[in-house]
Amino acid sequence: MKKVIILALLITASMVLPAVVAGQSSGEVLIKNATVMTASSGTLQGTDILIRDGKISRIGKGLSAGANAKVIDATGKYVIPGIIDAHSHAMVSAINEGSLAVSSMTRIRDVLNPNDVSIYRALAGGVTGALLLHGSANPIGGQSSTVKFKYGKPVEAFLVEGAPEGIKFALGENVKRSSSQIQPGQTPRYPRTRMGAMEVIRDAFIRAREYKQSWDDYRAKKTRTPPRIDEELAPIVEILEGKRLVHAHGYRSDEQLNLLRIAEEFGFKIGTLQHGLEAYKFAPEIAKHGAGVSIFADSWSYKLEAYDSIPYNAYILWKNGVNVSINSDSAERIRRLNLDAAKAMKYGGVPEQDALKMITLNPAIQLGIGRRTGSIEVGKDGDVVIWSGHPFSPYSVPEVTMIEGEVYFDRANDKSLRAELQREREALEKLDVNRAPSSGGTPPRAPSERNSGEVEDHDGGHQK
Amino acid sequence: MKKEAKMKNSRIVQYVGILAMLLASFELVSAQSDGAQQNRTGRAGTFAIVNARIVPVSGPVIPNGTVVIQNGKITAVGAGASVPSGAERIDGRGLSVYPGMIDAATNLGLIEIGQGANATVDVQEVGSNNANAKAITGINPHTSHVNVTRVNGITTVHSGPRGGIVSGQSAIINLNGSTQADMAVVAEAGLILNFPRVVAGGGFGGFGGGGGGGQVDFNELIRRRDAAVEELKKTFRDVLAYARATEAHAKDKTLPAPTTDLKLAAMIPYVRGERPIYFMVERERDIRAVAKFVGEMKVKGVIIGGQDAWKAADDLKKNDIAVIYTNIYSLPVQQDDPYDYLFEAPSLMQKAGIKFAVSTGNDGSEARDLPYHAGLAGAYGLGPEEALKSVTIYPAQILGVADRMGSLEVGKMANVVVTDGDILDPRTNIKHMFIGGRLIPLTSRHTDLFDSFKDRK
Repeated sequence: MKKVIILALLITASMVLPAVVAGQSSGEVLIKNATVMTASSGTLQGTDILIRDGKISRIGKGLSAGANAKVIDATGKYVIPGIIDAHSHAMVSAINEGSLAVSSMTRIRDVLNPNDVSIYRALAGGVTGALLLHGSANPIGGQSSTVKFKYGKPVEAFLVEGAPEGIKFALGENVKRSSSQIQPGQTPRYPRTRMGAMEVIRDAFIRAREYKQSWDDYRAKKTRTPPRIDEELAPIVEILEGKRLVHAHGYRSDEQLNLLRIAEEFGFKIGTLQHGLEAYKFAPEIAKHGAGVSIFADSWSYKLEAYDSIPYNAYILWKNGVNVSINSDSAERIRRLNLDAAKAMKYGGVPEQDALKMITLNPAIQLGIGRRTGSIEVGKDGDVVIWSGHPFSPYSVPEVTMIEGEVYFDRANDKSLRAELQREREALEKLDVNRAPSSGGTPPRAPSERNSGEVEDHDGGHQK
Repeated sequence: MKKEAKMKNSRIVQYVGILAMLLASFELVSAQSDGAQQNRTGRAGTFAIVNARIVPVSGPVIPNGTVVIQNGKITAVGAGASVPSGAERIDGRGLSVYPGMIDAATNLGLIEIGQGANATVDVQEVGSNNANAKAITGINPHTSHVNVTRVNGITTVHSGPRGGIVSGQSAIINLNGSTQADMAVVAEAGLILNFPRVVAGGGFGGFGGGGGGGQVDFNELIRRRDAAVEELKKTFRDVLAYARATEAHAKDKTLPAPTTDLKLAAMIPYVRGERPIYFMVERERDIRAVAKFVGEMKVKGVIIGGQDAWKAADDLKKNDIAVIYTNIYSLPVQQDDPYDYLFEAPSLMQKAGIKFAVSTGNDGSEARDLPYHAGLAGAYGLGPEEALKSVTIYPAQILGVADRMGSLEVGKMANVVVTDGDILDPRTNIKHMFIGGRLIPLTSRHTDLFDSFKDRK
C-alpha cells in the first residue's frame, strides 16, 4: 500500500512539472504581427498586442517593448480572447449536496482542487476562465465560483477578484430526482414534480424576504435583538438585493419561463438560464426579462428533456438580442469550445464575431466580469490565446494560452517536456518500491479505465 | 327573438368553428405528412452536378468538373464528363462535391433517448452470447437520428449492439429508407465482440467478474481475463464442431443432426473468417490479446476503440487487423498522459502503417459530429487529406464496402454530398446530398423545430 502511494506521489510530482514552467513571465509581453480577433471590434490583420503588468496596454502595428519583454512572433497565427466556459465543474471535488431541496448554504469555493488535471487540458483548448457550478439536484443549489485557470498557483489565485457572487438553481428531471430510486422506508425528498419545484423556490424567497425584513427592522432599531444568522437564507437575500447572480439549470421552456415569472414576482433578474435547450421556444420572453442563456452548441437526445434541443438555438436567441454563451459542462467538451462556437455560424448563420463572442465576451458578461476580460481591448486583462490558424478551422490548435500576460499553456514547451517525463516515469516504475508483484512487490492497483468525458454526480445521475 | 338570434349566431359560430377545425386538421394532416414521414426518402432521377470542385478522395481534386448520377450510381466524374440529356442540372459553382461520410462504429437506430426513456433503447440483449441478435432487426428506420445525422453529410453508418461478450451482429446501413431492408447495405455485417479485458472494478466488459472496485492483484486480473478468453475459444471451437456436424448431416442423413442452436449457427461465418469480427478494446495489453486471439483462431478481426492501437502496431499488422478509432472525444486515460495523445493517435496509427478509420463511436444522436472528430485528428498530426480519408474511403475499406462507396468513382453507389466548404469544417453547410442516387431533402427534426419557432415574436 505504502509503495503504491509512493508511486502515486512520485507520478503526481512529475505531473506538476509543466505547471512549474507555466505561469512564468510577468512584466511585458509583446505578441507581434498576428491576426487579432478582438471579439468586440472586429478582426485586425498584422497587429501587435502589448501586455504590461497583466493588462493589455496597447494594440496596434509596429509596437515596441522594453528589453526584458517576452516577444512572441505570431506571424501567420490568430489571437483571440481567452475562452470562458460559463458552465463547468472542473476543479470541483464534490458537485451535488442532494439531501436538501435548498442547499444555498453550500459553497463550491470550499471544494476547489487547483491541481485538477482537467484545468490543464482546458488551457490546452484555449480556455482561461470558467463559472464553476454546483450540481442540479436542488431547485436552489449551492454557491458558485468564478475562476481563471491559473494552473500551478494556489487556489486563492484562481478566484476572480471582484466577480459577482453566484448561485445555482435547477429545474426539471434532476430536481425531481427522476433517476433516483426511492428505497423502502425512505421518505422521498420534496419536490417530485415540476409543480413542487416552483413552490420550493417561491417558499424560499418568501422566507428570505421575511428574514431580510427582520434584519431591516433590527437595523432600523425597530427590534432590539438581532435575528439569528441563517446561512440558508442569507444568500437568497443577496439575490433579492441584486448582489448574487442566479444561474438556473433547466431544459423545458415552460418551467424556465415560470422561473422568470417567479423572479419578476420577487423583483430580481435571472443571471443566466443554464442549458436552456428549449430557450429558442420563448426567446422573446427571455429578451424582455433580460436574462442571459448559456447553452450547449448542439447536444440533444441524451435524455427526454433534451429531445427538443436544436442546434439553431444559439441563432434564434442571438436574433432576439439575448446574450448567449456556449458552454461545455464537461471536462472533455471544454477542450473544443472553439468548434462549438463555429457551429453557430453554420446553424442559422450567426456572424463570425458574434459566434466568437459566445465563448468569450458573452460568458464574461454573464459572469459579471465583462469589463475586465472576454475581449481584446486596451485596459482589459491580458487573457489571450494564440492559435496556429483560424480558431474556427478544424485544423487549428491552441499554441499559447495566457492569463494576465502569464503563460499557462505552451504547446511547444509541453511537447519538449514529454521525453523527459516519459524517462522519469519509466525510472519510477523501475524503482525497487515499485517492483512488479511477481518479483516480490505489493501488487499495484490496476489502472482504471475511463472513456467518458462526463463525471457522474453523487446520485449516479448525469450532470447535464 | 333575442334568444333565437343568439342561437343562430351560436350556430354560425359553430359552423365557423367546424370549418376552422377542418382547416386546422387539414393543416395538421399536411404538417404530419412532413413529420410522420420524418425520414423522407427523397427522389430518384438523373442528376448532373456541374461546374463544381470535385474531391473524389480516390484521386486528386478536380477544380472544376461534373459528377453524373444515374440509376442510383455515379456514372461519370471529371472535368470533361458530359451531361446526359434530360439530366437535372445542379449548379455547383462555388461548391465542392464529396463522397458521403461513413461512421464505422455507432449504435444508430438502436437508441433514441438513452436516459429516462428505456422504451426507446434496443441496444443490449440479456446474457453473454447474443450472436443471433441482429442490429438490422432493431434499427428504427424512422428514428430522428437518421435525418439529423445525414443532413451533416454522413450517408452511411455501421451500427451494432453492445454488451455481454458476443453482443450480436451489426449492420451497415445507408441513412435512407422506409424499411430496414431499404436501408441495409450489408444486413449482417459483423459480429460485435466485447472481448474480455483486464479491467479492475467493472468486470471484463460485461463478465461482471471483476474486482468490484477494491484493490485487486493485477496478475489475478490477467488470470481472469485469460480464463475468459479460454472460455471464448471454447465457444469458437463449439461453433466449428457444430458447423461440421451440420454439414456432415446434410451430406449423409444417416449421421445424427445436431440440435439446432441459433447462437452457434449465427457465429459460423464469423468463426470461419468469412465475415469480420469487431473487437471492442482500448488498451495496449487488450489489443495485443485480441491480435493473439485473431492469429490463433484464424478469424478476420477489426478493432473498435483502439486508444493505444499505435503501440501494438506490430501485432496488428502481422494479423491484418484494422482499427476503427472512436476516441477523439475521449479524455486521456491516465492523469500524466499527454493532453493530446488521443487526438494524435490516428496520426500515430497512420505513421505506424495501421489501417484505420475515425468514428464517433456514438449511440446515434451525435454521430453527425463525425467530420469534427476527423478534423481534430487532422489538426493533431494527421493533416486534412488523411483526415478526410479516415471518414470516407478508409471506413469503406475496413467495412468491406469500398467497392460500393467511400469515394467518387464511376460505378459506385451515388452517396454524394455537395458542400459550400471543407466538409470537415464546422462552418460548412451541406447544400445537396444524394443517398443511393436519391436527392435527399435537407430537413430533419431540428429544421422542423427551427421552422416552427424561428419567427415567433
